[in-house]
Amino acid sequence: MIEQGYNFGYLDENTKRMIRRALLKAVALPGYQVPFGSREMPLPYGWGTGGIQLTASVIGPDDTLKVIDQGADDTTNAVSIRRFFHRVTGVATTERTAEATIIQTRHRVPEATLGEHQILVYQVPMPEPLFRLEPRVAETRRMHALADYGLMHVKLYEDIARHGAVTTSYNYPVMVNQRYLMSPSPIPAFDNPKLDRMPALQLFGAGREKRLYAVPPYTPVRSLDFEDHPFVPVRADAACVICGSRASYLDELIVDDGGTRHFVCSDTDYCASRPPLQEDAA
Amino acid sequence: MITAGFNDPVLDSQRCFRAVLDAMSRPGRIHRLPALPEAPAPLNPAAAAVLLTLVDADTPVWLDQPEAADWLRFHAGCPVAAEPGAVPFALAAGAMPALASLCQGSEEEPHLAATLLVQVAALRAGQGWRLAGPGIEHEHRLEVVGLPADFLAQWAANQARFPRGVDLVLCAGDQLACLPRSVQITEG
Repeated sequence: MIEQGYNFGYLDENTKRMIRRALLKAVALPGYQVPFGSREMPLPYGWGTGGIQLTASVIGPDDTLKVIDQGADDTTNAVSIRRFFHRVTGVATTERTAEATIIQTRHRVPEATLGEHQILVYQVPMPEPLFRLEPRVAETRRMHALADYGLMHVKLYEDIARHGAVTTSYNYPVMVNQRYLMSPSPIPAFDNPKLDRMPALQLFGAGREKRLYAVPPYTPVRSLDFEDHPFVPVRADAACVICGSRASYLDELIVDDGGTRHFVCSDTDYCASRPPLQEDAA
Repeated sequence: MITAGFNDPVLDSQRCFRAVLDAMSRPGRIHRLPALPEAPAPLNPAAAAVLLTLVDADTPVWLDQPEAADWLRFHAGCPVAAEPGAVPFALAAGAMPALASLCQGSEEEPHLAATLLVQVAALRAGQGWRLAGPGIEHEHRLEVVGLPADFLAQWAANQARFPRGVDLVLCAGDQLACLPRSVQITEG
């Protein structure tokens, strides 16, 4: 049942056109942050307003939408966004990665390999990868224009000099198509290799910061590193207690007062689609 | 008389946008547009659909032949500019203007560059140019009939300006293919 009184997808057509024009430029400029006139949405900044506006601008009646929050389909943010789009567009929703044509995500990339018919929409809190190193927007814009990313290399170098390794475990900066430094949104560094030459189109929306950017399919995305300190995706050295996976990204759970730790898959659909562990194997 | 625009402005423009988005994400891949307005001469249906999908009062449009200006003003509400040098959207129904004569954006704001729609005689997949770049797994082939003889030289210069440069939408009948400024073209 589509909610009466709203345009298809909640946004008005002028807003959609403005976002669509920005999206086309973002695709032509892989990794470059295109400013757009972010609208006030019926939920606060920080809850995925950028991703929602992008999804609303691309979604059509034939689409199947999946929304994940940290890999899970059943958290408050994911459930409310999925319900929102079901109400304002009437589209089918799913929790299965393979069935979705649009996947809106907060801070994870699904474990399953995405296909050419899919679009991955990221919710981005801070699109500027250099903002902790250079707070002036005018200055970072110039650094992007000149591809002057020495500052980020110095930051990684200082990490290695002080701690012996790069200490960034999420939101790990990447170079897109050897030109633009890009924040992959706060996905774990574990997910960074999945961005590289992904067959699906990837769109990134930051509502509060009013920027969107894109990585076209099959575009090289390289995590910044050094020859003698190559990038290493980090994963907890454990198996999921539900499905036994030793390949997926894991969430850590403290299950009792004694501090007993369990690990479970962050991607709930991946975990649920695997056969459960046998009693004797556990 | 002014002919009709989209049957369903909301859903038709969404369908057309998805075709353009996919065409821009996968340069050289030909898309047949699922919804078309009654395009007035000299516009072809695909070019008319792309304009209705993307332009409005915020985006001046330059047309090389003014016959369709009233239709476009009526349906899209966009200003029609006299000169192509500063507009975000330009349409060439006849001869393509020089790519260097259009808005290129700046190094700091390359997204302000123009999108040029060119009406061509035909688009054929699987032969002709070899395309490479973002959006292309190995190689896309595209043959375009009806571009100026020096197009590849102009494109090489356009591509060398990256991140500045013009993005192209090639329209033939109800089909389109896109050439974002990031794509490299070599003769087949």
